[in-house]
Amino acid sequence: MTTDSTMQATRTVVLPDAARQREIGPRIRLTGWRGSRLRSVLKHAALILAAIVMIYPLLWMVVSSLRPNDLIFRQPGLWLSTLEFDNYVNGWNALTYPFSQYLLNSAIVVIGAILGNLISCSLAAYAFARLRFRGRRLWFAVMLLTVMLPFHVVVVPQYILFSQLGWVNTFLPLIIPKFLATDAFFVFLMVQFIRGIPRELDEAARIDGCGKLRTFYHVILPLMVPALATTAIFTFIWTWNDFFTALIYLTSPDMLTVPLALRVFIDSTGGSDWGAMFAMSVVSLLPIFLAFLLGQRFLVKGIATTGLK
Amino acid sequence: MSALKELTEVRRPRGAPRVRERNPDNKAAYLFLAPWLVGLFVITLGPMLASLVLSFTDYNLLQPPEWIGLENFERMAGDPRLWASLRVTFVYVVVSVPVQLAVALAVALLLDRGMRGLPFYRSVLYLPSLLGASVAIAVLWRQMFGADGLVNQVLGMLGFTDLPSWISNPDTALSTLILLHVWTFGSPMIIFLAGLRQIPRQYYEAAALDGAGRVTRFVRITLPLLSPIIFFNLVLQIIGAFQSFTQAFIVSGGTGGPADSTLFFTLYLYQRGFGQFDMGYASAMAWLLVVIIAAFTAVNFLFARWWVFYDD
Repeated sequence: MTTDSTMQATRTVVLPDAARQREIGPRIRLTGWRGSRLRSVLKHAALILAAIVMIYPLLWMVVSSLRPNDLIFRQPGLWLSTLEFDNYVNGWNALTYPFSQYLLNSAIVVIGAILGNLISCSLAAYAFARLRFRGRRLWFAVMLLTVMLPFHVVVVPQYILFSQLGWVNTFLPLIIPKFLATDAFFVFLMVQFIRGIPRELDEAARIDGCGKLRTFYHVILPLMVPALATTAIFTFIWTWNDFFTALIYLTSPDMLTVPLALRVFIDSTGGSDWGAMFAMSVVSLLPIFLAFLLGQRFLVKGIATTGLK
Repeated sequence: MSALKELTEVRRPRGAPRVRERNPDNKAAYLFLAPWLVGLFVITLGPMLASLVLSFTDYNLLQPPEWIGLENFERMAGDPRLWASLRVTFVYVVVSVPVQLAVALAVALLLDRGMRGLPFYRSVLYLPSLLGASVAIAVLWRQMFGADGLVNQVLGMLGFTDLPSWISNPDTALSTLILLHVWTFGSPMIIFLAGLRQIPRQYYEAAALDGAGRVTRFVRITLPLLSPIIFFNLVLQIIGAFQSFTQAFIVSGGTGGPADSTLFFTLYLYQRGFGQFDMGYASAMAWLLVVIIAAFTAVNFLFARWWVFYDD
């Protein structure tokens, strides 16, 4: 985990906008009880309590997945008397296909979605941030509006369209739209980022004889790696979690993604085999958790900047 | 410039001269925009138009759509489940969003810049908001608030008896979903944290010198300077909350029960469209959702002028 000072340092290096941030003076302790030791202790106590309450259900789920079923209903604590992996074995093989099949399906969809978003959103963002063209303001406004548009208003005709193309029960309806920059949120995020990159670099490239495409590829793209990383990680987590779209398009047992498999699991056991269900839940959350650990810096920065600049 | 100003000021300021651009990059720009434009027309605008047309038809995917005029909307007016789903969704949005934002702000205020352990607290408190939309967490919630669930085990240890199953009681089922939403306060918290950092400390110091107490400083400095960010969070969270689906689907087993108490609007839309293949009705519902979300957003923007303060 990075310390806050390194966070600050990286921010200035990778985020050109940060250079323009308002100069903030040295920290002076305010008078009164604000600076007092008691207050600091109370604050940490409150925060630790909040953190425990927040994280307790997750820890309990992990612990329960390692317990025999009959104990789950009697132990709210986190201690383990025995360590059993039966739930993982049972859960892994509970459905028609082993759980690895569903993990693989999810991985295919996620990788496709990440590639799609990275390519299409960065292209569009470059045009909006750097190029002058007729209708720029109008298209930009349309793009911002689609960020706020509820997905459900297009879902029925999209379903009809994709089913007529014969794409139901394939991964295409989950992947192809990403190659068409339908996650406009990321276009917006990247536009904001590119605006922080000095224009002088583009001009230097132009003088050196670079066309737009080369400028984009050799100048802008390498500089926007933090924005691309943010997009990749958010796409990973949101696509991995995506339930609604998968529920509509993927119905045959060998095509299920992880969230769908968990849902089938609940239905097939009538919600009684909690141990195995928790075990597979832990398995399904593990990739998100890893993405979170590896990409925390980008996640925090990405979400913080969308609300600000 | 705040993102929100961007959203509100996409048009040329009134009175500003229209500037004819020299050397426009039209061709290159539209090449770069090509994937997005195809997506816009084929995946977004086209389907929007189609769903508007479908909302005036009866269509089950098998027979060709039959034009029935306003009948879907008339049926919606007399559909008790639709009204139930609207009520459930309103309660969910109106309660869970403000509570979630209040918690997010309160915790962000506790997390001072430069304090010891900040990255740790921030991570732990942020994590649930990344997991919250997953089926796995909905499964966990289902167990936690069931008759023998974790919550009742803890309450039992504290001496409570005759505890209900929170998710199978129509009076409490929705509250458990609201609690799940509040639990995911991490992402607005991070936006608040970033916003708090932008407030120059000198303001607080000057106010403190003038004898302003903590409450005054919060009300007179923090709130006004943070108001664009509160507004941004409010608008986006409301839009997001209206579209919640997974949690209610998993916790209620896809039914929206007990007694339709967790029948989110999107869940009912799914049942109508993809359970009963009543595509015309589902399209009409989708447009009602657009109108409702647009109305909420418009009201938000309308009231914003009274309480949102722009520094620059």
